[in-house]
Amino acid sequence: MKEVVKFGRPSGFFEKFERRPGPIKTNMHYCPGCGHGVLHKLIAEAIGDMGLKDKAVLVCPVGCSVFAYYYFDCHSIECAHGRAPAVATAISRTDPENVVIGYQGDGDLASIGFNQILQAANRGENMCVFFVNNAIYGMTGGQMAPTSLPGQKTQTSPCGRDVAETGYPIKVAEMIAQFEAPVYVERCALSRVPNIMAARRAVRKAIQNTVDKKGFSFVELLSGCPVNLKMKAHEMNEFLNEKMTKFFPLGVYKDVSAEREAIVRHTPIFEPDQVRELLFPEETKRAVDDNFRYTAKVFDEERRVKISGFGGQGVLSLGYLLATMGKLRNFNVSWLPSYGPEMRGGTANCSIVFSHTHVGSPQADHNCSMLICMNQPSVDKFLGQLGENGVLLYDASTIRQPEVSPDKTVYGLAASDLANTLGDQRVANSVMLGGIARLMQDCFLEGKESEDFDLAVEEAMNEHFAGKPQKVIDLNMKAYRLGKESVSIRFGARVK
Amino acid sequence: MMEKKKKTFRCVIRSEECKGCERCVEACPRGVLKMGTKLNLMSFPAVEYAGSGCIGCGGCFYSCPEPGAITIVEEVEE
Ligand SMILES: Cc1ncc(C[n+]2csc(CCOP(=O)(O)OP(=O)(O)O)c2C)c(N)n1
Ligand code: SF4
Ligand code: SF4
Ligand code: SF4
Ligand SMILES: [Mg+2]
Repeated sequence: MKEVVKFGRPSGFFEKFERRPGPIKTNMHYCPGCGHGVLHKLIAEAIGDMGLKDKAVLVCPVGCSVFAYYYFDCHSIECAHGRAPAVATAISRTDPENVVIGYQGDGDLASIGFNQILQAANRGENMCVFFVNNAIYGMTGGQMAPTSLPGQKTQTSPCGRDVAETGYPIKVAEMIAQFEAPVYVERCALSRVPNIMAARRAVRKAIQNTVDKKGFSFVELLSGCPVNLKMKAHEMNEFLNEKMTKFFPLGVYKDVSAEREAIVRHTPIFEPDQVRELLFPEETKRAVDDNFRYTAKVFDEERRVKISGFGGQGVLSLGYLLATMGKLRNFNVSWLPSYGPEMRGGTANCSIVFSHTHVGSPQADHNCSMLICMNQPSVDKFLGQLGENGVLLYDASTIRQPEVSPDKTVYGLAASDLANTLGDQRVANSVMLGGIARLMQDCFLEGKESEDFDLAVEEAMNEHFAGKPQKVIDLNMKAYRLGKESVSIRFGARVK
Repeated sequence: MMEKKKKTFRCVIRSEECKGCERCVEACPRGVLKMGTKLNLMSFPAVEYAGSGCIGCGGCFYSCPEPGAITIVEEVEE
């Protein structure tokens, strides 16, 4: 007599659940009769049978199945509540060979993280998602879920779910099936044996689709939470089969697995040098090497610069140019534009923060070292944010000479008028840059560093206008030099 | 009578892993599983196999939420 195991412990489980607390290391933490256990077995069996232990990545939710990673002998990761689809997306995109298996409950998927799953489905991410619909928040003790049935009594609907107050159960499988991208959507029930066997086929099909890189597969599983629903095994099965299927009919909602081609996406790049080259193409030859540092002590702490004007004056690109100069001279630097309705005619502004140490907040909204204003509302709005001993540069073509406290230094420059003499109003910002050069050289820089400023401007212009005709760069450089020569009003604490 | 090689099956319960949920009892078409009265280490009453009558359908195995509480063994004559 020989004995063979016909049905036994699925090989996709660890032999021993070392992470599981308590004396029994071979069963799971779920309550007696829990549907999670039934589904875990189907998934573990598929992972084992399909030889996916090294390729499968189980993406686990928050909910009773939060510890799913105790059990499966494959890769796994635990995610913030409802965010499994986002994490799963990253895992799938970074290595397309990963067989990504999402696992989520109804609170996790259909409530706090609902948009996440819809977007992942709509993008056709290559993954399969198993959605455990037990019509309840199991883990937190039985609160109403988006999928709780009308009239269903829960901790938070003690008189039964009132659809007038809380709407109807959300039919997730139906919704997902409406999207173009998903390849396979089915709803099964982990109730009686024939239904479980249908779920077993669905689980395998969904995983096989992922192996074949077909895209997004979704299986919703009506599942028992006998503890919170206070039901015995046969009552639970009855509830799933009779009550739940009324609202959540079983069946295949979409299946285009056979006709869809495997998805081809861009090959991810991880090599740091390659990434750097792609993100920051080195188009500019720099006059300085990587160890170069301005020695001026003023930059030992954060220096905040605010540039403001009306939309269209080029204040954002002036700020960007300044930040580029900082980057080219190895400062830690940030540039933060304020986008908004201002962009269409009101005040637009940006913040630049320079430092040789750290840059904390990129927002220059207090204690600014430098304020550059190109229209009157900007002065009115931001002068109060100029710090002690701060320097103001304003466009004297249109702005009244501002009154400031004696510690401040003020530069006026008729940038717009000068730009007009050059025949192009758009270069007013480069004229202002000339003013900035003058005030930097007066107030912040010395010696070699002061001389380097012009060079840094030229390098930044080359980078900023890369791809534009040389005459654009020439005009802007001309505007810059004109501005530098023309600073007309200078008074205050720092003027030598 | 024709000589027919009869397959025999056995349902093996690992009582320590059983939580007494009765899903397997519900699932068995032959009624050969029933709840026992003895409590296991975790104080759950474990299910028991009648000792004969199993047809190896696997229904109890797939209904059971625990990985290895149930094993269905086929006894093959050599
Ligand atoms: C951000 C956040 N909000 C709320 C919670 C509390 N919380 C834990 S599990 C859960 C709901 C779980 O329900 P479901 O997804 O249906 O899983 P089940 O336990 O029913 O399988 C909630 C709200 C949390 N952990 N994190
Ligand atoms: S509370 Fe419900 S869903 Fe959670 S483990 Fe228990 S039976 Fe399962
Ligand atoms: S295998 Fe089938 S017949 Fe045998 S005990 Fe399980 S459910 Fe009953
Ligand atoms: S289904 Fe599993 S856990 Fe539940 S009583 Fe049967 S053997 Fe025990
Ligand atoms: Mg739930």
